[in-house]
Amino acid sequence: MPQISQLAATYSSQIFWMLVIFGAVFFLVGRGMAPKVLETMEGRDQKIASDLAAAEAARREAEAQDDAWKAAAAKQRGEAQALIAAAKADAAKAAEARLAVAGADAEAKIAEAEGRIAAARAGALAEIETVAAEAAADIAARVAGLTVAADAARAAVKDVLHG
Amino acid sequence: MATEAKVDPMHQFTIEPLFGTDHWALGGFNIAFTNSALWMLISAVVLYAFMLGGMKRELVPGRWQMMVETMTGFIENMLSANVGKEGRKYLPYVFSLFMFILFANLLGLLPLGLVGVHPFTFTSHFTATGVLAIMSFAIVLVVGFWKHGFHFFSLFVPHGTPLPMIPLIFVIELVSFLVRPFSLGLRLFVAMMAGHVLLEVLSSFVIGGANAGAFFMGLVSIPSFILMVAICALEILVAGIQAYVFALLTSLYINDAEHLH
Repeated sequence: MPQISQLAATYSSQIFWMLVIFGAVFFLVGRGMAPKVLETMEGRDQKIASDLAAAEAARREAEAQDDAWKAAAAKQRGEAQALIAAAKADAAKAAEARLAVAGADAEAKIAEAEGRIAAARAGALAEIETVAAEAAADIAARVAGLTVAADAARAAVKDVLHG
Repeated sequence: MATEAKVDPMHQFTIEPLFGTDHWALGGFNIAFTNSALWMLISAVVLYAFMLGGMKRELVPGRWQMMVETMTGFIENMLSANVGKEGRKYLPYVFSLFMFILFANLLGLLPLGLVGVHPFTFTSHFTATGVLAIMSFAIVLVVGFWKHGFHFFSLFVPHGTPLPMIPLIFVIELVSFLVRPFSLGLRLFVAMMAGHVLLEVLSSFVIGGANAGAFFMGLVSIPSFILMVAICALEILVAGIQAYVFALLTSLYINDAEHLH
């Protein structure tokens, strides 16, 4: 076993070179390079984290703007609908008013016409009475040889007609 | 028979000074640049080259940068899971430890024998793993006493220990604490050595069986070879697991030092 049989002859060289070379490794690689590698990794992690945070912030901003836009759109839609409703109500009111005016007009005309009809009817009735009274007086004169006064005949006819 | 004598499964662990540096010394201690040191250097250079690919620091990483970041993130996760937010300052050490051991283990498994050079797994030497283990242990001690002073000894008395049990528990916990650097270093060394010895022994079966004729080749060499393929895959797994275990235990021990249970 050379590890033991050569121990006395080689231990000092082994220890010396180990210390020298591991020392070099420690200072060059361990202290020189490894922290820089870690730094790079951390920088990258931070960059990724900050990029993610920026993306998240941008997403939130976009969402907020979207919400604001939606709210504005909803508000404008509401306003437009209110305008439409108001216009509809106005139009309905105007139509109603015109209808009312036209209705009143028509009613007045109807009333007038009815008045006229009633007058005509009354006129006609009076004429019929007169004709009937004359006819009755005539009939009385021819048949019975009676002379009936015009007023009496009229009263008699009136009695029969309105009886 | 000559070939059988040649296959020595332990030969692969022999340390040889290279480039005539045999007599280099520092303060009376030999510091020859050995094959072990060469592979430490190769591991370090390959690790550096690997990390260089992660230094592009692009926002959208390529494959290589992704690999480097995966490894770094893996150790970072392990530390934050085991030590918490204080674990961050141990990242350079634990990351170097994990990657250095991982690369050493994996490079030691490379089939470079095919092109005539021999990889050397320095993590199969307890002189090498021991240095790493003692370093981890020393960090635990320094951090523990620095942060908590003598209160650090309360680590050896778990909460709710009955008063008469305290001396006994204290000794047991102290021993288990002091064993840590040994278990840490020996675990890696034994795991790596066992795997390499096993592969070498099996390969000697393959060669020996083939040399002994067609019958033994069918009986011994081919099953051994199939087993070797499977064990090679297992060894790659072990290479990763041992590096992970070393780093994980180090971070657990650091957690003890930081938070005292």
